[in-house]
Amino acid sequence: MPATPAPWSAGSLIQASYFVTAVLFITGLKRMSSPVSARSGIIWAGAGMLVATLVTFAYPGLSNYPLIGAALVLGAALAWWSGKRVAMTNMPQMIALYNGMGGGAAASIAAVELYRGGSGGAVGTTLAVVGGLIGAVSFSGSAIAFAKLQGLIKRSIRFPGQQIVSLLLLAAALLHGVLEVAHPGGSGVYVTGLLIFALLLGLAMTLPIGGADMPVVISLYNALTGLAVAFEGFALHNAAMIIAGTVVGSAGTLLTQLMAKAMNRSLGNVLFSGFGEGSAAGGGEVSGSLKPIEASDVGVMLAFAQKVIVVPGYGMAVAQAQHKIWELCQLLIDRGVTVRFAIHPVAGRMPGHMNVLLAEAGVPYDLIGDLEEINGEFDTADAALVIGANDVVNPVARTDKSSPIYGMPILNADRAQNVIVIKRGQGAGFSGIENALFYLDNTRMLYGDAQKVGSELIAAVKALG
Amino acid sequence: MTGIVALYIFMLAAFTGYEVISRVPVILHTPLMSGSNFVHGIVLVGAMVALGNAHSPLEKTIGFFGVLLAAGNAVGGYVVTERMLEMFKSSKAPRSAPRER
Repeated sequence: MPATPAPWSAGSLIQASYFVTAVLFITGLKRMSSPVSARSGIIWAGAGMLVATLVTFAYPGLSNYPLIGAALVLGAALAWWSGKRVAMTNMPQMIALYNGMGGGAAASIAAVELYRGGSGGAVGTTLAVVGGLIGAVSFSGSAIAFAKLQGLIKRSIRFPGQQIVSLLLLAAALLHGVLEVAHPGGSGVYVTGLLIFALLLGLAMTLPIGGADMPVVISLYNALTGLAVAFEGFALHNAAMIIAGTVVGSAGTLLTQLMAKAMNRSLGNVLFSGFGEGSAAGGGEVSGSLKPIEASDVGVMLAFAQKVIVVPGYGMAVAQAQHKIWELCQLLIDRGVTVRFAIHPVAGRMPGHMNVLLAEAGVPYDLIGDLEEINGEFDTADAALVIGANDVVNPVARTDKSSPIYGMPILNADRAQNVIVIKRGQGAGFSGIENALFYLDNTRMLYGDAQKVGSELIAAVKALG
Repeated sequence: MTGIVALYIFMLAAFTGYEVISRVPVILHTPLMSGSNFVHGIVLVGAMVALGNAHSPLEKTIGFFGVLLAAGNAVGGYVVTERMLEMFKSSKAPRSAPRER
C-alpha cells in the first residue's frame, strides 16, 4: 500500500477493477483448457490485463508518469515486434524469454521497495525479499534456458561440486535476505547482495541442465515467476497480483510434475543430476548396423502400406517440416492408407510442442494420438515413420537398466513391420545415448533434412500416379 | 487487507490454479503454459506502482527496467499465446477441399 491512505473513491474503483481482472484471468485460463474455447480464453485474459493496466494509472500517490509511460510503450513495442515475427518452431525459447522478463520485473519491484526502505514492516519486507529472490532466479535461469534453446549456448556446462556451489549461493542469498529483514532501510548493501547471489544461483542451476530437459525447466520457471509475482503482490497489498501469481504458481507446478512424470524422472533428478552424465559408457552395447535407404523406396513402401504411424520429434521442428509431412500424409490418405500421428509427451522441447506444429500444418485432431492411445497400434502398422525423434522411441528404455532413460515410457515404434527413421546424420540423440531402434533388422535410415526428405517422398509418391 | 485474509486468498487461488489445469488435454499444454506465462504479466501493475513511488535515481532506473520487463512479459505472452491458439481454431475445421498447392 502506498504510504498515503488512498482516497476512498479511487481506491475502491481500483479494487473493483482488480477483482474484475482476477475473474477474467481465471475464466480465461479455464477457457484455454479446452480446444474449442481456447482462443476466446486468451482474449478474456487479455481484457483483464488491459483493465488492470489502465486503472493503475489512477493509483493514488504515484509520480514519474512520463517514465512509466515510456517504459510501458518501449517494452510493449519490443515484445509485440518480437512475438509477431518469431517462427512457430521457436516458441519454446520465446516463452522462456518472456517468462524471464516477468521474473526480472518481480525482482525489480522487490529492489525498488527494499531500497526505498519498505513500508510493510518485517512481514512485508520478508515477503518482498522472498519474491525478489525467486524472481531473480527465474530471470537469470530463463535467460539461460532461452540461450540454450536458441543455440547460443551449445553445451551443458558442468563442473565438479556444482550442487555445492548452488547450495552456497542459495545460502548466501538467504543470509543477505535475513540481514535485510533484520536491518530494513539500511544502506541497501544487503538488497544488492541478495539479488546478485540470486541471479548467480539461477545461472548455476540452469547451466548444467541439458536441452532435452528444457521443457521441465521452462515450466518450473514459469511456476516460480508466478510465485514471485504473488509474493510481491503480498508485499504491495495487491490482490490481483496475489491471485494471478498464485494461480500460475500452482498450475505451473502441476504442469511441471506432469512433464517430469512423462519422462519417468523426479523433478529433483532433472535439476540435480546432469543428463547423460557417466551414462554414455553404460548402454553402449548396441549390435547390428545402420541400414540406409533411398527416398524413392520409402515412397513406394508408404504408398502401398495399409497403415502408417508418423512419430514426429524435435528434428521435425528444427527443419520446419510439418507442412511437407502433412502434405505427404494427405497424399497417402487419398490413396487409402490409414495415417496416424503418435506424440510422446516430451517430444520436442515443450509439452504439446508437436501438437502445436501439427495444428499449424492443419492436421486434424482425430489423427493425433498420445502415448497410451496409440502404443497398441504399432503392432498392426506396416510402417512407422520416425521424423527427427530419438530418445522417445529408444527401446533401450524398456530393457537396459544401466541406461539413463531406463523406465521412461516410449512409443513402441520398433513393433511396426517397418521402421523408417528420417535423421540429419548419424549422431546420438540429445541425451547422447545410442538408439537401439536404429540398428534393428526392420529399421531403415533415411538421412537428410526432414523438409528436404519430405519433398522427395512427396515426389516419390506422386510418381506412382 | 489483513494477513489472514491474504492467506485465504493465497490458499483458494492455489486450489483454483490446480483445478483449472488438471483436466487439460496434452495438446494444450504449450499454449496453456504460454497463457499462464501471460497471466503473470500482471506483475506490470506492481512494477508501475513501484516506479510511481520511486524517488532516488537508482530506484527510478530499476523501476524503469521493471516496467519495461513486465510490459514485455504481458504483451509478448499475449501475442505468442494468441498466435498459437489461432492455429488451433483453424485446425478444427474439417479437412478443407481447396488444397491445390
